[in-house]
Amino acid sequence: MSAPLLEVENLRVSFPTHSGRVEVVKGLSFTLGRERLGIVGESGSGKSMTGRSILKLIRKPGEVTADKLRFEGIDILDQNEKQMRAIRGARISMVMQDPKFSLNPVMTVGEQIAEALVTHQKLGRKEVQQRILDMLVAVRINDPERVAKLYPHEVSGGMGQRIMIAMMLIPEPELLIADEPTSALDVSVQAQVLDIIDDLVTRKGMGLILISHDLALVSRYCDRILVMNSGQVVEECAAGQLDQAQHPYTRGLLAAMPVIDETRDELPVLDRTQWAGT
Amino acid sequence: MSALTLKNLDISYGDTKVVHGVNLEVPEGESFAFVGESGSGKSTILRAIAGLAPEWTGEISVLGKPRTHGVDRNVSRQVQMVFQDPYGSLHPRKTIDSALAEPLAIHGIGNRGERVEAVLKQVGLDQRFRFRFPHQLSGGQRQRVAIARALMLEPKVLLLDEPTSALDVSVQAEILNLLKRLRREQNLTFLMVTHNLPVVSFLCDRLAVMRHGRIVEIADVAQLKQGDLKEPYSRELLAATAA
Repeated sequence: MSAPLLEVENLRVSFPTHSGRVEVVKGLSFTLGRERLGIVGESGSGKSMTGRSILKLIRKPGEVTADKLRFEGIDILDQNEKQMRAIRGARISMVMQDPKFSLNPVMTVGEQIAEALVTHQKLGRKEVQQRILDMLVAVRINDPERVAKLYPHEVSGGMGQRIMIAMMLIPEPELLIADEPTSALDVSVQAQVLDIIDDLVTRKGMGLILISHDLALVSRYCDRILVMNSGQVVEECAAGQLDQAQHPYTRGLLAAMPVIDETRDELPVLDRTQWAGT
Repeated sequence: MSALTLKNLDISYGDTKVVHGVNLEVPEGESFAFVGESGSGKSTILRAIAGLAPEWTGEISVLGKPRTHGVDRNVSRQVQMVFQDPYGSLHPRKTIDSALAEPLAIHGIGNRGERVEAVLKQVGLDQRFRFRFPHQLSGGQRQRVAIARALMLEPKVLLLDEPTSALDVSVQAEILNLLKRLRREQNLTFLMVTHNLPVVSFLCDRLAVMRHGRIVEIADVAQLKQGDLKEPYSRELLAATAA
């Protein structure tokens, strides 16, 4: 493996509450090369906070500390807002969960994608236009000229998500963080969107962090998986070996999913007290 | 007697017809699923049965009695709906107690306190949740409240619109177990909308695959388990899940 793209050591994220600061990410460490890493966990496991802290998107009163949080040798925690703006979008970008809430409702699709591009690069108008159309084709939108003129409410959820992916990938970042990119979409569209992400990531040799609660999906699209529970990594394994997972939490999650040829009369339920305090 | 009969059902929203010519019979006690992609009209059918999409033609019968287009108290007593998003379907400024007691007040049923207590027990919620507000509950607990609210009038049929798709897998397992137990205990008929085929396999007896407002195929769940669906589109859906 080449030099790591991203190094994270002892990452902690905390928020103040009435009863003192609560840590939502408790000492997370991993390194990422140009590969596809999946972070899986349930609501509240800290997986999204991990993704956001890499982009330094956690606002006060939230607090992020780490022994090391380096992207291509740049210490993320040392960057000021202006320096971060040069990194966000251009070198690390993030696909959010829901296209309905993440796209600007009063800008056309084309304008929004253009904005993502011209913020980071000086280009002529014709060239910008061409790049937008190429990008829309790359995310498999037929008829890109028409779609570029539409407003977000005029496109379907699956198309909205593809537009967001186009917007995130057009400045050609080195790392893409996808936070539940498909949970607002239909199963049949989910696969299409993930195939597009997968294809673009592999072709451009980018790093990918796929954050999801869906174990099956992550194991299909990633090389390596981190399973998180209450702010900690409980298990790390290669995607292909998920069925041999050891930790009771991972096993519990796997067992709780109904399968297509279901014969169990009752699904096993996680006993949440079992690993409390781990 | 069949719990639900749909005959030549067409449903429109304004000028757009979204469901075309649906014929279906669901016997009492059966658990039936509609599957298909967004926009295929599956939720619209549930909404029409519940009275939320009044622009329909054809026939909807509940337990042998045809339903009218307007608000129908008898239908509400027998048919209740559980919605997808437990964050959106509970009134944020009403306590669980008042949300659960409201259907009783509307239908002039007494003994409200005891009934609320009993239903909380049925859905596995502790009594201490009774006077809390929705925002003080987790997603799974809220969905339990939504199910409890649907059960308040002791209906025969539950319409379930994606009841678990907003929940984590482990919470989904709890809610699916709960629904299965309630159905067994109260001999309920389920009409469920989902895009999750494994959930159908766990909870349902039959399913209808829908596309563009039409039923493409009706199959037994045994056929689903063996991957023995006939229509190409159904197989495509199955492949998207199984991959």
